[in-house]
Formats: sequence, C-alpha cells, structure tokens
Amino acid sequence: MKALHNILDSIRPHFEEGGKLSKFWVVYDSLETFAFTPGHTNKNGVHVRDGVDLKRTMFLVILALVPALLFGTWNQGHQYLLSIGDISLADPWNHMIWDKLLIGAWKVLPLVVVSYGVGLGIEFLFAGMRNHSINEGFLVSGMLIPLIMPIDVPLWMVAVAVAFAVIIAKEVFGGTGMNILNVALTARAFLFFAYPKQLSGEIWIHEVATSKADGLLVDGYTGATALGHLASTVGKPMMDADVTTVMGMFQPGGMFSFSNAFLGLIPGSIGETSALAILIGAALLIWTGIGSWKVMSSFLAGGLVMAFLFNLMGMNAYMTLPPIHQVVMGGFMFGMVFMATDPVSASQTERGKWIYGFLGGFLSIMIRVFNPAYPEGVMMAILFMNVMAPLIDHYVIQGNVSKREKRATLAAELRATA
Amino acid sequence: MSRTIRIRKGANIRLKGRPSSSIVDAPKAAVYAVQPPDFTGVIPKLRVKEGDAVKAGSPLFFSKDNPSVLFTSPTSGVVKSVVRGEKRKILAVLIEANQRGEAESFATLDPKTADRTAILGAMLNSGLFAFVQQRPFAIAADPADHPRSIHISGFNSAPLAPEMSVVLEGRMADFQTGIYALGQLAGKQGVHIGVRSGDRLFADIKGAELTQFEGPHPTGNVGVQIHHAAPLNKGETLWTMHAEDVANLGVLLSQGSYQPTRVVGAGGSEHPKPQHMRTLVGSALSTLVAGHSDTENTRYISGDPLTGTDAGAAGYLGSLHHQVCLLPEGNQPKFLLTDGWLSPGLNKFSLSRSYPTWLMPKSKEFTMDTNSNGEERAFVVTGQYEPVFPFDIYPVQLIKSIMANDIDGMEKLGIYEVAPEDFALCEYACTSKIAVQKVVRDGLDMLKKELG
Repeated sequence: MKALHNILDSIRPHFEEGGKLSKFWVVYDSLETFAFTPGHTNKNGVHVRDGVDLKRTMFLVILALVPALLFGTWNQGHQYLLSIGDISLADPWNHMIWDKLLIGAWKVLPLVVVSYGVGLGIEFLFAGMRNHSINEGFLVSGMLIPLIMPIDVPLWMVAVAVAFAVIIAKEVFGGTGMNILNVALTARAFLFFAYPKQLSGEIWIHEVATSKADGLLVDGYTGATALGHLASTVGKPMMDADVTTVMGMFQPGGMFSFSNAFLGLIPGSIGETSALAILIGAALLIWTGIGSWKVMSSFLAGGLVMAFLFNLMGMNAYMTLPPIHQVVMGGFMFGMVFMATDPVSASQTERGKWIYGFLGGFLSIMIRVFNPAYPEGVMMAILFMNVMAPLIDHYVIQGNVSKREKRATLAAELRATA
Repeated sequence: MSRTIRIRKGANIRLKGRPSSSIVDAPKAAVYAVQPPDFTGVIPKLRVKEGDAVKAGSPLFFSKDNPSVLFTSPTSGVVKSVVRGEKRKILAVLIEANQRGEAESFATLDPKTADRTAILGAMLNSGLFAFVQQRPFAIAADPADHPRSIHISGFNSAPLAPEMSVVLEGRMADFQTGIYALGQLAGKQGVHIGVRSGDRLFADIKGAELTQFEGPHPTGNVGVQIHHAAPLNKGETLWTMHAEDVANLGVLLSQGSYQPTRVVGAGGSEHPKPQHMRTLVGSALSTLVAGHSDTENTRYISGDPLTGTDAGAAGYLGSLHHQVCLLPEGNQPKFLLTDGWLSPGLNKFSLSRSYPTWLMPKSKEFTMDTNSNGEERAFVVTGQYEPVFPFDIYPVQLIKSIMANDIDGMEKLGIYEVAPEDFALCEYACTSKIAVQKVVRDGLDMLKKELG
C-alpha cells in the first residue's frame, strides 16, 4: 500500500496552505485519514494507546445496522407485493426474493445517498469553516436517518430534514460530541412536525395510494402501520366492530401477529420493523461493548413495565395488548438499540444510564397509548430523555459530591476535636 | 492481620518484554543528570556552575519557593554543563562522573530516638527530601507541612514494572530504618504501606500500618491505595514516597552517605535483554539498554509506558523513575485494511472489545508501538474511563470541569485526591485520544495557583 500512500503524498502539496486546492484541504485530509491512520505518535502522556478509535467504533455501529438495512430493503418489496396481491402471507420468504430486494433497493438506496450526500456536504462545509478535521459522527447518523423514514418519503424532504438536523441539532452546538439531541431523531421529528400530512397516516407501503387508485390494493391493506391501526381503536368501546377487526389482526395468524411483528413482516419505517434483525445488531453492539447494555436492558424493562401496567388498567383495547407484543412493534426496538444508546445524547454516568433507559422505555409506551396523535411515541420519548439526561447526570454526580463533602466535614470535625 | 481491599476496576496492559527477575549491576555511566522538570512544582535555583567539583550528596540546585529543599548530585565528578531550554529554563544539570566514589558525609542518626527536626534536616541536606511528594496537587512536598500521614506503595502494577521483591532484595533492614524515620515525620495517622495481597515482603516491618490490595493496575499506584485505605479530604496534606527511596533514606541515616540507588525494570519489546538492573538516579539511559542500537525507530522511555517521559537515546533516567522501556516508534501511517481501523486487528491490544484480541488468552503479550492509533476527537464514547479508574470519582466529569476552568467544580468532583498518573489508563483507553494526564496536570496547577 506504499504506492497508494505515495500518490496521496504527491498530490498533498496542492491541498496544503498556498496550494491551488487549499480550500479543499478538509476533503483531502479526510480521505487520507480514512485510508491511512496517520503516523501521529503519542507525546507528553501515555506512550502506548489503545487500538480503538472513533472510526472503528462508528464502523462497528454501521455493521450492526446492516441486518436491519438488508431486512428492511427486502421487507419493503415484500410489503408492496403483498399489498397488490402478487404474493400471499403464506408464501415462503424467498419467493420472488430478487423482486422484493430490487423494489426495496430502488427506494432505499436513493434515501441513503441523499442522507449521506447532504449530511456529509454540510459537515465538510463546517469543518472547512472551523478548520478542523471531519468527525465520524455523521457516518452513523447518515445511515440511521433513512432507516427511520417511510419508504415513499420525497427525497427533497429528506434532504431538508438532514440539513436541519445536522445544522440545528449538531453544528450550532459545536459538532460531533457536543450535541444535546440525537441527530437522526431530530431529522425525523423535524419531518413529523413540518410535514405531518406526509409523515402520518397511510404511506408506509410503497405506492399504496397508486395501487388503491388502480384498484390493485388487497383488502385489509391501507398502508397504515400496526401503531396506526391501534391508534384508531382509542376512544371506541372495546366491543365496537372496528375495534375487534383491528385487534383481530394482532391475534396469531393475523397481519400484525406477534411472530410477524417480531420477524418484521409488517409495514413500517424501513429499518424498524424487524425486532430480530435489530436484535442481531444489538448483539454485536453489546458483544463489542459499543452499545450500552445498561441503556438497552433498562429501556426494554421500562417499556415492559408500562405495557404491563396498561394491561392491569385495561381501559381500552390498545391497553390490553401483551407487553411483549407492544415492544416488538413500531420503532421501540430500533430506538432502544440504536437511538437511546447514542453516547453523546444519553446519560453519561453509569447510574444515570439505568434511569435514562428505564424512563425512555416507560415513556415510549405511555405516549404511544395515551396520545394516538403521536403513534411513534419512541421518538418523542427519546428526544425528551435526551433533554433530561444532563439533569439525571447532575443528580447522580451531586450524590457523589455530597458524599465527599460529608467525609471532609467529618474529618475536619475530628481534627478540630483532637 | 491487616485488612485486604479488593479492587476490581483497572486493567493490565499486556506489553511484551517484561523484565525477568534476574538482576545485574548496570555499567557505570560516564555522565549523570539531575533534571529539575522531574520535580513537579519546583523552580530551580543553581548552586553550582560548569566545572565545579561535586561529590555524591553535594547540592546542585535548590527550590526557589523552599530554599531548604536541596537537589544533590548522585555521584562524584565535575559539573559538565547546565542544559537550558526555552526562556533559559533549566532542563538538566549534567555531572561527568570521576568514578572515585567520593561522597559528602552526613551525621548518622538513630531514627527511633532522633527528633523530627533532625531527621528532616538530614533528608533536606542530603537531597533525599526531593523524593518526597505530596497530595493534594501531586507535587514536590513542602518541608514546612505537617502531613497527616505518609503513604508508600509496596508493589508496582504498571506495565513492565520492576518487582518490588527484587528492588528491595537485601535492603529490608534499610527500609525498616527509613520507615522509623518517616514515622517521626508523619502526623497522627502514621505511615501506611499498601501491600499486594499474599506478599510476605513487608510482613516483619514495624512502625507502619499495612493494608493488602488485590487487583489490576493501577492498584499499585499510591493514589489508589490512599483513596481506598484513608481518603484525602479537602484541607489535608499527606506525603508519599517510593519504597526504594525509603530504603535509601535508611542508608543515609545508618551510614551517613547519600546513595540514590535505583533497581530499574529494563524492558519493552525492543529491549535486547529485559531484566532488573542496579544503577543510580540520573544515569545515562545508554547504560541500561544492553547495547540496543536502533535509536532511530525506538522510543527510549524513562519511567513506565503510561506515565514516563520520552527521554531519547541520549537521555537520562529521571529522578522519580524506576523503569526504562524501549518501544517501537509508530510514526508510519497504517493502511486501513492491513493495520488501520478496518483491519481484523489480531495484533491490536484493546480494552474495548472492538478488536478480537479480547478473546485471546490472558497470557498473550503484545508488541505495541507509540502510534496514537487514531486522531484526537471530542468526547463521544462514554463509560470507557470508569472501568479503569478505581476511584469513587467521576473521571469524565472531572476532566470536563478542568477543561472548562471550573475551579469550584474540580474541587467538588475530587481533584484533591488524584494525580495525573491515576488517569493514565483512562488516557490509554480513550477512543477520542484526549491527553487526559495533561488536562489533570493543568487542573492541579490551576487550582494550586488559585489557592496561592
């Protein structure tokens, strides 16, 4: 690889101060450091350093997202073919697998390209302005954003959302590591509030409106997600015919049965549907120690506890859904594994992580059930907990501080009496 | 029976080239150096000039703030030169040794009967007091202070560290004399020795409270032992001393001469013959490297690989250092697929589990170079410092309060108890490659200045 490095070295002068392309130094620098870990040595401190760096860390997170991405791509094609009746629920998963992947990829790839293109473009701009090197943070955000989008979201909307999130949620605070809110969720929240019509309702299956107009749509397919259906039951008596129809879909054999929801064979945002694919990613994150198992497990516990409390109340049909079924639907699993664990916006103390995770899961289910206008309670809950995280940390640290102060006071008294 | 404290946090960095337990006398160095920057917080004032003849124990310079604290020559010879850096800062006083072994003679004292003033005087005049450090601030101690206690670590846990049983071999009587002397200096809480659990080396020592410790590095750091055995509170001062210097103190009091012996652990993957070597403080490093010659691609470290200084091949053994390590320089770029961030990394030791090496047997040792393995970034990953920081202190929050110049915050978060070396493993583990030890040093200096 000496040859490649020689080439990089030979074009380097053009990008350095005074060179023709010195404005693009950031681009050159990020490419060079991408290909070669620089020969920087340790000075004035430790002489040896751990092998891990931020690039490795971020790469492993992206690797953990791959199962959800691949499955999501397949599932979007699967849902489309189901909705127009080309395949049936009983078909084996690999029936027309290439068609499914192709249909999915046709929509998913542009989303990924736009997300990375816009996000990295802004990052380069800010890095150039601030004269520092590119941070790796957006490599993960850029992959998370397409995975929490509905399949047919217009590309320009994604571009606007990414720009908003990167600038307002991250760069104004100082860039990667300084943000208060999770960047990807901010993009989603921006779309949710700025274009509510386009982001709620019945857009979760590819071309569902066109299919309907053409009379191709199979009965029972409205393009709504499981949570959308459930939200429609709130406020109606439990024995209402509409309600029983909806709840029927959640019984074994129904469209949103536990096994379908767990495997991810349901409509929804691209990466969020399959609890199984997400849990494979979670296993990698926990195995490598990059994702906090404390946040994930307490988040799950929080969601299960809230759902169980709802079971006890049982005031409407939505509340009677088993806890284990609640947590495999919607963005709960995806939020738990990939959003709540974002180390920058989560609690930073180990004790705080337990509290942060538990409340995050608890609120996710609460918002989802209490407020049908926000079926995706997970997004709201995590953003809310992002804001609360510094407060949690403050109290955790205050406990440590007052313990130390007490010890010092006691010692001072002892000295005084002696 | 002394109590045992078990410490779970920390990590052993498994570097190749640990010194074997054999010990040899190092060849006598032609030139020795006493380097003022080794003594944090000391502003040196010279007492000698080039060409002056000195003996072992003759003062070379003193501390501007505490003129009674003398820094003395380790051997006899002539002052070869005074090395100065920017703004004429004194970096080293070099002594060309004459190998005649002449030494200043000091009065002998029986530490059990001698009073505090006499013992302190002997230490100050001979230059041994320079080896006493204080907490808070982790700086050279002030002889005017009355420390509440004096702490000595009875074992090393740093990577490639020398074995204390080899260092103190045949010196336990001197060590005991030193302990008695320190007993006269310490306040009500006396002298503490932190012992590795199960180690019988200090079992017969009297006049000190023994506490047994079990656990990985940095358990051998005196700061960790203080924190768990008798934590330092705001408003208190305590002193620390290395066990080998305690034995040297014993020699001073019983023989009346200054003999700053060092048994160093000479090691590292590039060291031709990793072993223990007996020498004197300030020896030229070239006498401790067993003829190693590839000076271009090797880092010569005085001290341990986490806290030592890059002395260079022509450098000298630092006054407070007990190790010499030779590690390969990592100044070559690393291609991402072969040994960069996308590589399988079967040879990359990591405390994170992002490389598969954590699955390898615990006995496997690694060659590590001095590459930073990535660029500096803002804090992103959390929960990385805490597992290697055995203090009831929030390390990241403390670091951030220092970075924000928040004096009140640092005090509250416990900066009084720590030294930069206690954060060495945090710095090692840091994904964002932050210079943690330097930040802590800056914080301590800032606080010291603020308090006047």
